[in-house]
Amino acid sequence: MKLAIKLAYRNLIGAGLRTWLNVIVLSFSFVVIIWMKGVLVGWDYQAKNDMTNWEIGAGQYWHQTYDPFDPFTFTDSHAPIPQELFSEVESGDIEPMLVAQATIYPQGRMQPITIMGVRPSQRIFMLPTSRLDSLTSAIPAVIGNSVARNLKLNVGDYVTIRWRDAQGMFDAADVVIVDVFSCNVPAVEAGKIYIALDKLQSMLMLPNQASLLTFADAEKERPQVEGWTLKSKEELTKSVDDLIKTKTVGQSVFYMILLLLAMLAIFDTQVLSIFRRQKEIGTYIALGYTRRQVVGLFTVEGAMHSILAALVAAVYGMPFLIWQAKAGWTMPMDVSDYGMAMAQTLYPVYSIGLVLSTVLIVVLVTTVVSYWPARKIAKMNPTEALRGKIQ
Amino acid sequence: MNLIDVKNLSKRFPMGKGEFTALKDINLTIGKGEFVGLIGPSGSGKTTLLNILGSLDVPSDGEAIVLGNSIGALSAKQSAMLRKESLGFIFQSYNLLQVHTVYENVEFPLLLLKLPAAERKKMVMDALAWVGLTDKAKSKPPQLSGGECQRVAIARAMVKRPSLVLADEPTANLDAANSHNILKTMEALNRDLNTTFVFATHDEKVIGYLRRKIFLLDGSIDKDEVVEHSKIAAS
Ligand SMILES: Nc1ncnc2c1ncn2[C@@H]1O[C@H](COP(=O)(O)OP(=O)(O)O)[C@@H](O)[C@H]1O
Ligand SMILES: [Mg+2]
Repeated sequence: MKLAIKLAYRNLIGAGLRTWLNVIVLSFSFVVIIWMKGVLVGWDYQAKNDMTNWEIGAGQYWHQTYDPFDPFTFTDSHAPIPQELFSEVESGDIEPMLVAQATIYPQGRMQPITIMGVRPSQRIFMLPTSRLDSLTSAIPAVIGNSVARNLKLNVGDYVTIRWRDAQGMFDAADVVIVDVFSCNVPAVEAGKIYIALDKLQSMLMLPNQASLLTFADAEKERPQVEGWTLKSKEELTKSVDDLIKTKTVGQSVFYMILLLLAMLAIFDTQVLSIFRRQKEIGTYIALGYTRRQVVGLFTVEGAMHSILAALVAAVYGMPFLIWQAKAGWTMPMDVSDYGMAMAQTLYPVYSIGLVLSTVLIVVLVTTVVSYWPARKIAKMNPTEALRGKIQ
Repeated sequence: MNLIDVKNLSKRFPMGKGEFTALKDINLTIGKGEFVGLIGPSGSGKTTLLNILGSLDVPSDGEAIVLGNSIGALSAKQSAMLRKESLGFIFQSYNLLQVHTVYENVEFPLLLLKLPAAERKKMVMDALAWVGLTDKAKSKPPQLSGGECQRVAIARAMVKRPSLVLADEPTANLDAANSHNILKTMEALNRDLNTTFVFATHDEKVIGYLRRKIFLLDGSIDKDEVVEHSKIAAS
């Protein structure tokens, strides 16, 4: 084996340009696969991070009838804050939110909107809620960028909202936009307007009630609370994992094509080698190699392309990958309508496991592709190989 | 004991629907230290016989015993072992490894024998000295002349000091001066190391150096004559 590696190395380096062309194509596969996988891992990580910071904290209690995808449930999805959580709510470790369905009238048009009541003093979300304390003639409210764009609202604009209180009575009031925020979690922005929790409670006539309870501490054991459904962070971010999984499948097709091209080049080189190097094969046998050993030598030679490629990939790929992890990859298209937490700039994250598994797979595939044509050598007649007569 | 014992050997190749007989009922013994040639026109079976002696091919009938090994009865591994340890080959078209240096080409058989590096180095340098190519150790075959290439091939065949060297038309691609040069080299190695040389040739220049001539005609031995010493000395 050691000898085969030594000879294979001499043969490969000796073959010059052809070897390097294959190696560069292969090394390109290495870098692209690691980079693309890194982007997905980074995306997953970032999306979950963004969700934590903007929407779900370390997990939530949902009122048992609350369903974020069905606004009709909002009317009944509220209950007094459970007694056992009072102290944490007091200290700000749990943030209550009240959710209500309403209608907004920007420039005389009518649009459904979800009102989120949140405490101005909260520290769990990155929402600019401190502005909700502003003293104005109307109700201070903050909205996300996408809502501001859709409703053509800017900071300082007044707009009327209309809602139904707990008794089913309609009421209306003006809100003033005190801040417009921008975040990467579409669900936080889309169709929502944020006002102070106590204000919303009094508007709905639901004092001390909430629809959602978000907690900050990830470590603490969370008990079941009567009337509320505990939603762990894993559960709440499952949609991200699912989406990344489907993206991974999509990417795999791309890797496959990339690898196929690289393998085609190696396969072609191997097949050509076996025909062009018949005399050499005969010579190896005359010098005392068994045919099986020659098959081994050619297989190692083919497989070694991938080892060289890994080294070449390390030379130009490492600086590129590190630079990407730092500078991030800014997507050419606008991602705000993408429907899931996604930043415009993704920062790839690479793990040792990712790099090693990629190298392992490529080396393995290259070895198989190299062995395939090399098996032909085992059937060669050495005297004919020496004469270079095999067709 | 004879180095080579060939008894009633025949070799047939499949051809179309029938068979083609390349060697018919060959009987032959070659002793240690001989400098012998298989001589005959093209197609007379020289290469076929040499290949069988080199365990690259097997007899169809009869027996070829080389260094105590019956060629037809060896496994692939055993015949590879025989070639690796005891045989040297020299080919008409040199068959050097093109991308390896002269040094690496000559070192190759020693790598197969798994000899330690220091010993390998000494043996390679000795072999290069025999053929006068010490200063070309770092060159690669494409940079050498035909004569130099064949000398590398001789060094490669001789480096492990095999008992038997099989040379198939070694001068066919060389001019007269180079032919004489490599023949003198081989003659000297035969004398100094007592290595047995078996040639396949129809080149008059080679024939002039042989001490025994076995004439093949249509796959049979036509004549087998030993050249008197006085005659060699005269030439
Ligand atoms: N593998 C083979 N298959 C069929 N015929 C062969 C094969 N090898 C050699 N021959 C035939 O055997 C005869 C002797 O060939 P060879 O030993 O190469 O002759 P020489 O070396 O004396 O020129 C030739 O007619 C050749 O065509
Ligand atoms: Mg011949």
